[in-house]
Amino acid sequence: MKQSSDTYIFLYASVMVVVVAALLSVVATVLRPYQELNIEIARKLDILRSVEKAELVARVPDRNAYVEEEYERYIVESYVINYRGERQDDVDAFTVNVRDELRKPLEQRNLPIFVSRDDEGSERYIFPVHGRGLWGPVYGYVALEEDYNTIFGVIFDHDSETPGLGAEINTRSFQNQFKGKKIFDETGEFVSVSVIKPGSAALNEHRVDGISGGTITSQGVEEMLQEVLGSYENYFRNQKNHDHE
Amino acid sequence: MSKSEKEPLFSAKNIKLLSTPLNDENPITVQVLGICSALAVTVMLEPAVVLAVAVVAVMGSANVIISLLRKTIPPRIRIIVQLVVIASLVILVDQVLKAFFYDVSRQLSVFVGLIITNCIIMGRLEAFALGNKTWPSFLDGVGNAAGYGWILIVVAFFRELLGSGTLWGYPVIETLGFYNLGYENNGFMILPPMALITVGVIIWVQRARNRKLIESN
Repeated sequence: MKQSSDTYIFLYASVMVVVVAALLSVVATVLRPYQELNIEIARKLDILRSVEKAELVARVPDRNAYVEEEYERYIVESYVINYRGERQDDVDAFTVNVRDELRKPLEQRNLPIFVSRDDEGSERYIFPVHGRGLWGPVYGYVALEEDYNTIFGVIFDHDSETPGLGAEINTRSFQNQFKGKKIFDETGEFVSVSVIKPGSAALNEHRVDGISGGTITSQGVEEMLQEVLGSYENYFRNQKNHDHE
Repeated sequence: MSKSEKEPLFSAKNIKLLSTPLNDENPITVQVLGICSALAVTVMLEPAVVLAVAVVAVMGSANVIISLLRKTIPPRIRIIVQLVVIASLVILVDQVLKAFFYDVSRQLSVFVGLIITNCIIMGRLEAFALGNKTWPSFLDGVGNAAGYGWILIVVAFFRELLGSGTLWGYPVIETLGFYNLGYENNGFMILPPMALITVGVIIWVQRARNRKLIESN
């Protein structure tokens, strides 16, 4: 058969496509368990880091085992609630995809909560958050103290924010600002935490400094906190009232 | 070209295939190809090194595969065949990174996928692998990828050191105590224009030192 004939070209292309497709699907199938494990470990690590656990992860030889161990030790409970704050027992918190939940109307959202208890017995409540930055998604975890008001710690990350500008949201220096901030004001109104231009945060307990040059990413973080923590507002109120009674 | 006598694996000619792209015919500084990724992934050293290794792997194997298939590829669809080979290899690399180097793959995000569009790879397939035997093609691929890679790494070295004050994430400047002397990181180094200027400086230094590149007029 001549190499320039249409039949040859057609056959050649078909065989090539089938071979390549077969090869790639085999590789993808073989590697999937490893990839899923990586994603799971990365999520557990983020949850732990929001409450300042698993700090030694960069120095341990077996990273995965270390993360699993810390997770078992400190994350004592996880559950899902709806917007009224009622528990949804049929859903596993770890499998809830916050991005998908946020696309639903508030009434239908599954809202996951992770509870950590440290060695002294104090509990913290960890909430996964998800929002939009400049170029792509921003996401992370926010940990609240037992009063459901004070932020204990946050962890943020992003897919494709500008390096040196918006990408700074995943640095410690940005995230540490959130510690001790409050999401309810003195009158009990939900105000979240705003992320504004650098230099004006002063001592206000509802504001942190944004990133200069990363305004849209900073706003993305602000909107993310407003939107996601806002979904939990009823739950926070219920819990606070319980505590007062 | 098709002489049948045995040629040693590392004959002078073959060594040259490997070494000219490092300097005299460097894809980035002399042919000015593949600049896009040189701008994008050179903010930090680690992703730059990983990308360089990934490109070496992709380019070496793509050249070998195309060279093996060169007598069967129908000329009219050769570009498509080359593209399919490159794309599959890049997907393989991406999957392997996701499975075994998850953190790095998160940092590189879309840039692994963008290896597909790296003009150097297709250029070498078209210009070399289609007309040469497997071993020389392999050397040519690895040589060109290395020529691309070392520029990437040098640019990333300076951008990370001067822009963030770290190297491979290690705070070099802080350890040396320069911040106490009033030194500050140059934030401009992190932005894409400085990658272009850094590449420009490398081209300048190279042309000043390499006689073959001095244009006579």
